[in-house]
Amino acid sequence: MEKRNIILLLDDDNDWLTLSREMLAALPSHPEILTANTGKRALALLESEPVRLLICDLKMPRIDGLQVLSIVRRRYPELRTVVLSALEDEEFRSRAYALGVDLFWIKIEMQRNSKLFIECLESLLGRDDETGFRGIQSKSLMDIIQMECLSRSSSVLRITRGPLVSKLWIQDGELIDAEAEGVRGEAAFRRILTWKSGTFENLPAEPARERTIQKPVNALLLESAQDMDENAMPATPEAVEDFAHRKTVWKLSQLTRAGAEFVIAIPPEGQGEPEALGTQVVTPLVQWTRHADAIARRLGERIEAGPILQVTGQNLERQVLVVSLDERLFLVGWPADATGNLLEKSRKLIASWDS
Amino acid sequence: MGFLKKFFRGRAAVQQLPAGTVTVDRAGHIVTSTVSSAYPQNLLRGIGTDVLKLFHEARAAQMPLAEISLQFGSLHITARELRGGAIIFLLPQTALLPTPSPSRL
Repeated sequence: MEKRNIILLLDDDNDWLTLSREMLAALPSHPEILTANTGKRALALLESEPVRLLICDLKMPRIDGLQVLSIVRRRYPELRTVVLSALEDEEFRSRAYALGVDLFWIKIEMQRNSKLFIECLESLLGRDDETGFRGIQSKSLMDIIQMECLSRSSSVLRITRGPLVSKLWIQDGELIDAEAEGVRGEAAFRRILTWKSGTFENLPAEPARERTIQKPVNALLLESAQDMDENAMPATPEAVEDFAHRKTVWKLSQLTRAGAEFVIAIPPEGQGEPEALGTQVVTPLVQWTRHADAIARRLGERIEAGPILQVTGQNLERQVLVVSLDERLFLVGWPADATGNLLEKSRKLIASWDS
Repeated sequence: MGFLKKFFRGRAAVQQLPAGTVTVDRAGHIVTSTVSSAYPQNLLRGIGTDVLKLFHEARAAQMPLAEISLQFGSLHITARELRGGAIIFLLPQTALLPTPSPSRL
């Protein structure tokens, strides 16, 4: 039997809840409708029920809708969220979008266009595992930055993609600075725009932040979009070769910047060729890495010591780490005197390669 | 009672994790050990053999290693190469213990 989606309606007006419940009963997928008239009750229901979609009012006593949404975004990143509010204020709209809601509807509009509203909800319930940022699965990072700038807001966007963290500083709707992977300014901004998925949060504005980006954000977005198009569709064999070369050079620069000596990316056997940078000795190291991983896994099972988290080795010249990520193994070599959390550094380096 | 035991076998006991230091020679024989004698010797030998295999294969891969660490969910194994054999430190991980670093061992 097909599993029914669960929709949770949150509003402090009980009459409105009854009305909305009747309207949602018209959804073609016949979801189960739960209702809550306080934020606390809604959070308790989210804890106990596998809710797919939350429809939330903004103005409520005690915990208001924006608070609920910010809690929900952190705790249930997969949950679809819709704001249904009587507040026709653009500031609330942009704040709600900044919190990652999928849709923002004004109550009166919803009553006028109930058919469209129902179609939008049905579409949200149907979507699964699409790429995108935060809860705004259909929006790219470019859309989100444009929204922030159009609303003339001042904030700091903190964007996270796995172990990579970057920040964008927006002041009065203008992008003034960006920081990613040790780079600042326009270069960092371009780098961030290549990320295809991730999460982000709005931090308080930092008006005192030094300005490093002078170009208007739309010009930067346009340039970046052109770069991405050119990279995505190399037209000729020369362009393909040039693209591959640039990619290799870029990866090597990342390797050098991180301070690592070499990286070998090893796909599962029979699923492609290993990719090595910074070392000529590839085949023996690939074999050792695969054996080391297999030996460690078997040993862990035999002695009931739990899953293998990390295999490291060192000699007088270097330290090596075997990192497992998305079914691939990576052997990362570091100088013997490298310090800090090398596992974390290795993961960051690998994630930056893949972004 | 013997008759009942045929039907009601006892539950497999949870294996205690080894704690202590073991030295193995180049053939994988245990030379000295401070691990509890209650810990199965075949498992201890298995640890020694696997560790030696890792050192041996690293040498064959033109990457001789002086030390290898295996961090499991609940056990940290650090092994130092010792003239073809190895000295192996076995440290169970509990919530109260910080993750050991080679310098502390």
